Amino acid sequence: MNLLGLTAADIMDRVTKIESGGKAAGRWKLRALKVEAVYISLFHEVKTLNSVLSTSSHKNVGDPLFTLISQVKSSCKLALKELSRWMTPEKVKTSLTTYPSSAEIVSEPLGVVLVISTWNFPFLLSLDPVIGAISAGNAVVLKPSEIAPATSSLLSRLVEEYLDNSAIRIVEGAVNETTALLEQKWDKILYTGSARVGRIVMAAAAKHLTPVILELGGKCPAVVDSNINLQVAVRRIIAGKWACNNGQACIGVDYIITTKDFASKLIDSLRYELEQFFGQDPMKSQDISRIVSSSHFARLVQLLDEDNVSDKVVFGGQRDENQLKIAPTILLDIPEDSRLMQEEIFGPLMPIQTVEKLEDSFEIINSKPKPLASYLFTNEEQLKKDFVQKISSGGMLINDTILHVVAEGLPFGGVGESGMGSYHGKFSFDAFSHKKSVLYRSFAGDASVRYPPYTPEKQRLLKALTSGNIIAIIFALLGWSKD
Amino acid sequence: MGSFGNMERDLENMRECFRQGRTKEATWRKSQLKGLLTLMKEKEQDIFKALQEDLGKHYIEAFRDEIGTVTKSLNTALESLKGWMSGRKAKLPKIALLSTAEIVPEPLGLVLIFSSWNFPFGLSLEPLIGAIAAGNAVVLKPSELSPACASVLANNLPRYLDRKAVKVFQGGQAVGEELLQHKWDKIFFTGSARVGRLIMSAAAKHLTPVTLELGGKCPVVVDSLPSSWEAKANFNLNNDVMVICLFDFFPTANQKVAVKRVLVGKFGACAGQACIAVDYVLAEKNFAPTLVELMKVTIKEMFGENPKETSSISRIINKGHFLRLKNLLKDPKVEASIVHGGSLDEDNLFIEPTILVDPPLEAAIMTEEIFGPLLPIITLEKIEDSVQFINSRSKALAIYCFTKNKSFERRMVSDTSSGSILFNDVIIQYIADTLPFGGVGESGTGRYHGKFSFDTFSHERAIGRRSLLTDFWFRFPPWNIHKLLLLESAYNLDYLDCF
Repeated sequence: MNLLGLTAADIMDRVTKIESGGKAAGRWKLRALKVEAVYISLFHEVKTLNSVLSTSSHKNVGDPLFTLISQVKSSCKLALKELSRWMTPEKVKTSLTTYPSSAEIVSEPLGVVLVISTWNFPFLLSLDPVIGAISAGNAVVLKPSEIAPATSSLLSRLVEEYLDNSAIRIVEGAVNETTALLEQKWDKILYTGSARVGRIVMAAAAKHLTPVILELGGKCPAVVDSNINLQVAVRRIIAGKWACNNGQACIGVDYIITTKDFASKLIDSLRYELEQFFGQDPMKSQDISRIVSSSHFARLVQLLDEDNVSDKVVFGGQRDENQLKIAPTILLDIPEDSRLMQEEIFGPLMPIQTVEKLEDSFEIINSKPKPLASYLFTNEEQLKKDFVQKISSGGMLINDTILHVVAEGLPFGGVGESGMGSYHGKFSFDAFSHKKSVLYRSFAGDASVRYPPYTPEKQRLLKALTSGNIIAIIFALLGWSKD
Repeated sequence: MGSFGNMERDLENMRECFRQGRTKEATWRKSQLKGLLTLMKEKEQDIFKALQEDLGKHYIEAFRDEIGTVTKSLNTALESLKGWMSGRKAKLPKIALLSTAEIVPEPLGLVLIFSSWNFPFGLSLEPLIGAIAAGNAVVLKPSELSPACASVLANNLPRYLDRKAVKVFQGGQAVGEELLQHKWDKIFFTGSARVGRLIMSAAAKHLTPVTLELGGKCPVVVDSLPSSWEAKANFNLNNDVMVICLFDFFPTANQKVAVKRVLVGKFGACAGQACIAVDYVLAEKNFAPTLVELMKVTIKEMFGENPKETSSISRIINKGHFLRLKNLLKDPKVEASIVHGGSLDEDNLFIEPTILVDPPLEAAIMTEEIFGPLLPIITLEKIEDSVQFINSRSKALAIYCFTKNKSFERRMVSDTSSGSILFNDVIIQYIADTLPFGGVGESGTGRYHGKFSFDTFSHERAIGRRSLLTDFWFRFPPWNIHKLLLLESAYNLDYLDCF
């Protein structure tokens, strides 16, 4: 299918034709076309996307154009490829207890869903859920974040021009608009953002018994062992912090834990690699994102300047309020009760906490709410096993950072304070579907045991039938029974 | 706040017990499930007595709906536990950045289960099995409206299970509210939509995920069926012999089968007090009289001339619900639509199996979930109209449909939505544990039974591993066009794109 040759108008044409045809078989085609439309919008609007996204705050792994758009394109492609398979009912086995019968689980759309996205990866975190919602057959309202206004208007225009506006809508705005949206009844809400607002969303949803997916955050720790290839590990840590929207990512590395003995080696390596990536003066580097807003800038400066914290800076600390830039900053052994160690940082400040032996890190991590992701760098198998056993988090990655959310076969979601529910890949389709159980029975094969009047013989046979055990059934039929 | 403090202390001890890791061990989980099996066996008589006392439930109903099903679920859980706990490998693309990727289930922590009064054992123990199998510490709050059953649970669970990790809190609304003020890692609730909203609101304060098993008006659509003595034997030859021995020797007419099933799905399901009981019938105008006559005859066969004398129908749970049901019939238009039954015995909390034809649709009996032995039949011009009728109301926990028309069957599946849909039978999806059991919209969120119980009390964690040996140099800044193109192809796996 040559998508590039189609215009938005062509697609809408095809959509209308199928809708009026009313064929049930066309249903998947209908959804596929909608996903295609998202895909095509990306191709056609490359130049605009490029300019908008590069002037906005973030730069992450690779130029925003490529990686954010790549991710969205990748999601579209996957949905298009797999959609008909995802939509096929799943046949399930039935047991002797319901014999004769056949059963399947049918995925059906929930109805009209609300996607509220956030400001740090505004394009990706808006469209990825929307693709899931569309492929599951729902109508969608998207509320992008007002803190990323350029992307918000861009999305608004794209949705209007390329997508079916009777089924996909954008509502731009801030707190008032979001509050008004939350008063309505939705069939599902997917919210990406902070735990504080997550509570508000869930409380509003509770009034309508609306199920929710909350993608929140947390302090994602990276535990670093000494027996590793230090350069590789450090590069990956940097990729997961400063090269990822300068620390403003829910799955970014929030803080590091390592042994007392290893800390100075780690810091030296970090210093070296940071210079390789961002140059001698990181404030001048084009590859570092700025802080998204002055209020977040002020928040981060407050965290940094707190007593007993500001004197623990071992690297960086430079800031420029006019440009909203903060340099990559490393701190060593700040107090556990400092704000920097209690709150999610969401910025380029990296505390390194040291322990006697690495197993002690588990206590530190477990004393905090469960994070969205946790990272471990080690070659020791037992430590890996213990980490998996003892640490709970949304997702976990050994010897790298961030990448587990790119693997389409893995669900992306939190647990506890970091959220509930998950999406990505087929999990997106499932997230926005209702899995309906369908059981087909025959009129034949009627077991009289089910019906009153209830007799002792029926009692025995019923016991045997429920167990599904053939021997027991035969015994009961023949009048032999344990009771 | 003395009692809050005490409860918080108890719960903190339970959380500590969980943190120490005891409940995560497969051996612990197995021992608890086995303990439950032993409880079911040894205390069977106590359980039946309690159900008789609280609900007047007959042994067969109790066994069929609660004891038998729980025993089956326990056996399934014990057999399958290892497989459930092992997680699964996730698909990796061709150019895999990760060397391995898997999804591993882990327990959530300390979970709270609220159960309801109509199937006090089933609705307490089925979720409990899932919670334990998934490795959690559990608090169970059974309904105070079935006090004898709640006592049996409160007295026996600490004896047969690990009392440090599994506790029962008895009491009424006040205890429930108090429990909700604390932080849980999951709340599982079976009950009404009204209370479901309160539970979810309370859970929102702690970002606690919830599974809500609510109710709704479960319709049964009865298509005009053949009355002749045809019974399609559509099972294969190997099974014929056993099947003929098993079931009635003479095949029964489809109409009769349908009526029997509908009636047992109403009057034989805790006297209609079940979330998946038949709430009302939809039938074609022409077919309705036949249906009513057949129902009257079959009711007599099932319950005798004087249903009050039979022990085969459960009681109404309490005076409050009895009066609620009495009020449904008070409306003169509703009363006028009664074609069978209608007698009420307040002292014995007994209501006769009652059939109504076309009560007004605005009356409470057709706008609220009935939850009692009153069966309205709503007539339609043609049976296909039932799709629109059902869709104009909230989504129910189950839809039942008796039909031989395959295209109508397909339409019902694709054009209506409900927790589950069952053709040519009622209720029985409850014991098909390969099917998820749960609602959608007003009828609930989340699901359980079989492996779905295990999943509902687990967090599925994504775990990826990479080697420290290889690296993609183009991941790191400073950025240039070559790196970007390489990155794109690596991330997008199957294709290379040029701008």
